[in-house]
Amino acid sequence: MSEKKKTQKEMADEAMKQFYEFVESMKKSLGVPMFPDMKTGVALWLDIRELTFKFMISVEKTRNFFNALADGKILATKCKKCGEIYFPPQVDCPKCKESDIEWIELPKKGKLLTYTVINAKPYSFSHYDDYIVGVAELENGVKVTAWVREKDPKNLRVGMDIELKVVKRKPEEYLTYELVPITQ
Amino acid sequence: MSRQVAIVGVGHSKYGVRNDVNIPELAWESIKQALDDAGIEQKDIDYFIVSCAGGWSSEFLPAVVIGEYAGLTPKGTVRVEAACASGSAAIKLAHDMIASGTADIVMAIGIEKMNESPTPTLIECIGRAGNYFWEFESFGLTFPGYYALHATAYMDKYGATEEDLARVAVKNHYYGARNPKAHFQREITLEKALSSRYIAWPLKLYDCCPLSDGSATVILASEEVAKKLTDTPVWIAGIGSASGTSNISRRESYTSLKAAVLAAEQAYKMAGVDRENPVKYIDVAEVHDCFTIAEIMAYEDLGFCKRGEGVKLIRENQTYIGGLIPVNVSGGLKAKGHPIGATGEGMVAELTKQLRQEVERERQAPIKNGVALAHNIGGTGHYGYVIILSLSKPK
Repeated sequence: MSEKKKTQKEMADEAMKQFYEFVESMKKSLGVPMFPDMKTGVALWLDIRELTFKFMISVEKTRNFFNALADGKILATKCKKCGEIYFPPQVDCPKCKESDIEWIELPKKGKLLTYTVINAKPYSFSHYDDYIVGVAELENGVKVTAWVREKDPKNLRVGMDIELKVVKRKPEEYLTYELVPITQ
Repeated sequence: MSRQVAIVGVGHSKYGVRNDVNIPELAWESIKQALDDAGIEQKDIDYFIVSCAGGWSSEFLPAVVIGEYAGLTPKGTVRVEAACASGSAAIKLAHDMIASGTADIVMAIGIEKMNESPTPTLIECIGRAGNYFWEFESFGLTFPGYYALHATAYMDKYGATEEDLARVAVKNHYYGARNPKAHFQREITLEKALSSRYIAWPLKLYDCCPLSDGSATVILASEEVAKKLTDTPVWIAGIGSASGTSNISRRESYTSLKAAVLAAEQAYKMAGVDRENPVKYIDVAEVHDCFTIAEIMAYEDLGFCKRGEGVKLIRENQTYIGGLIPVNVSGGLKAKGHPIGATGEGMVAELTKQLRQEVERERQAPIKNGVALAHNIGGTGHYGYVIILSLSKPK
């Protein structure tokens, strides 16, 4: 049995655990969390306090968007006065200074404008394999940023046809959307 | 009638992983140099502006921490944020205060201590610089990722290659190796750049600027004060600023940063520079090369060449000293480093010294017209600032 390749999260967590253990041993001998920088030997202090952010963001005015995902629909807003379409959806039209909007379903088909592979991942994404993020332009001109369902960027090209689809993200089990390449 | 504004003092710390100093100690390094350079005392400063993006460092109110440590308290102060262009925002505000007559001497202090947090946290925080909820929450874009989207589009449209991008890194490391203030002071080969690992395909490690700590300080003064303080005032001849949409999906182009184009137009107009041929006027430029693709787009957004020809400039070595226009002969963000909140002041401090012909001989650009340009971008074209400096007093 070959050992499973570690995720970036496992590697980061292991490195931090070793580091914290090292500082803990320094604290025991010095009485303060002071430790030498690994490269230069200069004195550093490891913060006793820790701060974690997990924000609560209002989606009251855009709840239609999130409710529609369960029906497989991706919605945008449209100003009833000037016809401007907003995605990401917003309920106030800054052009008309009006808030009289309607919810419309976005077209599914579009073309891939550009893409990248996120190899060095943010810590909160480090449990995923490398993922591809792209921007696509849909048939009505609206542009959408999302993951692209593909592992190898060599299979993608600028201008290729894609389909916008609602998907359930694993392992978190929540609804979001994805750009799926249409291969002939 | 607004007043003319000149730079009368600059300071620039060594950039790099600066675990040997804390935030106010690091700020003091450039504040002290700038005060000495201007020949003034803290009491002469009317107002000080601290640019710091922050979020990853311990002091949430860096302006007052630095003010106390550097003996600037109780002068009025504010901390400004325009992501990686925070420093240029500080300089613009300082300029506008003096131009409007509400202050005579203003100090812009740029500071960033990136390395108070581990790298995964930094990737997390910087990746949120854009539209957090719609582009990060579910899709985990990173800062290299944002620029990689532009690299993919540019390479597709104009036939540029990963090797072309690497040439920017090679040039900027060449000059970084000649700058004692630079984070990286060693040359690299094209092969080394090309063999580095992918960070955000098609961008590799050597396409990316480092996570730097550093500070830089610029003291600006009114014409009346400047003439008393120095024989070589460096005038702000032009200054422009613009912004881009927070969502990258709402941009018109992925091969240009519109905020940079608009900021350049404003700055050129103010300075009387022909935007069709700015290289005729400008002796040396510092552009925002947070990633190699960013420098190539900057050539085009600033009008140094036509659309699609930025890649030709680097292929033909036209942005080395001796070429069409020397760019980032400090090492740029790529090799000099990118302490986010200090980068704007760092560019202006470098260009002030270039115009005064005070930099290391091997990287001194020939000064013919006495004009220099700084192009400083926050986020991925979220903020755009262009500043034009001149040895001649603007008309």
